[in-house]
Amino acid sequence: MKYFSLILLLILIFSCQEKEIIKDTINPEEVMDDLSIYQLPALWKTQDGQTIEFKDLKGKPLVVVMIYTACRTACPRLVADMRMIEEKVSGKKGKDIQYVLVSIDPKNDTPEKLKVFAKENGMEDQKWLFLQGTEDGVRDFANIMAVKYKQINPIDFSHSNIISVFDRRGVMKYQKEGLGLVGEEIVNKIVAVAKN
Amino acid sequence: MRKVFLLIAALFLINNASAQGGKMALVKGGNYTPLYGIGEQADVEVRDFYLEINPVTYAEFQEFVRNYSKWQKSKVTKLFADERYLSNWENDLTAPVALLDKPITMISWFAAKAYCECQGKRLPTVDEWEYAAMASTTKRDAREDSLYNASILRSYEQPRTFLKTVGQSDANYWGVKDMHGMVWEWTQDFNSIILTGESRNNGNTDASLFCAGGAIGAKDMMNYAAFMRYAMRSSLKANFSLTTLGFRCAKDVNHPLTLN
Repeated sequence: MKYFSLILLLILIFSCQEKEIIKDTINPEEVMDDLSIYQLPALWKTQDGQTIEFKDLKGKPLVVVMIYTACRTACPRLVADMRMIEEKVSGKKGKDIQYVLVSIDPKNDTPEKLKVFAKENGMEDQKWLFLQGTEDGVRDFANIMAVKYKQINPIDFSHSNIISVFDRRGVMKYQKEGLGLVGEEIVNKIVAVAKN
Repeated sequence: MRKVFLLIAALFLINNASAQGGKMALVKGGNYTPLYGIGEQADVEVRDFYLEINPVTYAEFQEFVRNYSKWQKSKVTKLFADERYLSNWENDLTAPVALLDKPITMISWFAAKAYCECQGKRLPTVDEWEYAAMASTTKRDAREDSLYNASILRSYEQPRTFLKTVGQSDANYWGVKDMHGMVWEWTQDFNSIILTGESRNNGNTDASLFCAGGAIGAKDMMNYAAFMRYAMRSSLKANFSLTTLGFRCAKDVNHPLTLN
């Protein structure tokens, strides 16, 4: 038992160095845009229970929003905005776009809950991807997108309402802040990004 | 049994000596009312935690980037730090000599977080930071003390305090120094501060649609110094590197490295 804690301790002490070494050896010469979110090391669970990283989405334009499934105020409108964007974009032949909904409540939003949420909202097509992260991974990702959020009681969060568009290399190209403001601008941006 | 214990203790010491370990003070937890409470609930419970006595210095950060090359200024991932990151350094490995005992600034949130993690520590939360910072030299909560508040506000008026040497001010009740009057500091959840920007844009509440609407929800309208800190944090993005923004690390008391 004591030896177990010793090993655990050793892992804790050297985990940081190890992380760096592992990263350097796995990805030595791969050229990646320096602003790409593929560089984020965090692991995510999809609504189907699969484990993925952002770099697994390589090559697809991404339209990303942060929500949580217990949300009764802003998120339903954000989700509606996403659906409206998807509709308008597909009308303009914007293809192979991945729409990503990242939960800001990773404690509660399990893959099962996300799956149910997807079904309830008619978002079962493969173009819709729901992600549950770790608390640390979610905070990192929110910080990349400049999304602010705070848990205000056991169920609710306050959060900023931002939809972000990433190109095929994972580089952010456009952000839209606010609710119910789906104009042509974001749709045109997405279509333009999808053409490249 | 005893040998293993000693071995662990020795490893702990080695680790602390080899890593850039800032000395820490124990901050005893308790309930406190943050300037911006969470919802209806006014009080927040802060648990016991360790907080570094001084802000991290240029010398300490220099040792960090020597050990972790990916945080050197020419190698840092642009996603994690803007172009001002360490821009006053002579090269990747050499900080300006005159600044070695000054608080490190011009570092992003991602870099500060990585620095703490590489020592088995973390950034303090906003609540922890504010809790530790409300202590004067004699009281754990000096917010009612007008002289204490006046001294903080006066320190905000001083120019170029980021060029002061760390650790020269009096320690507060917890033994922590330079919480005020030196640099702003990164906190783990700085992005949880939601003030006027969002509430105006999203129309969540009409109450925020007038000037100074950000004060709505504040628990202590007289705490101007805290208003300034919250406003500062709410204006930040995680890749920003500012001349006046540094950090220090914190640690849970129940951390496995703590030996009782």
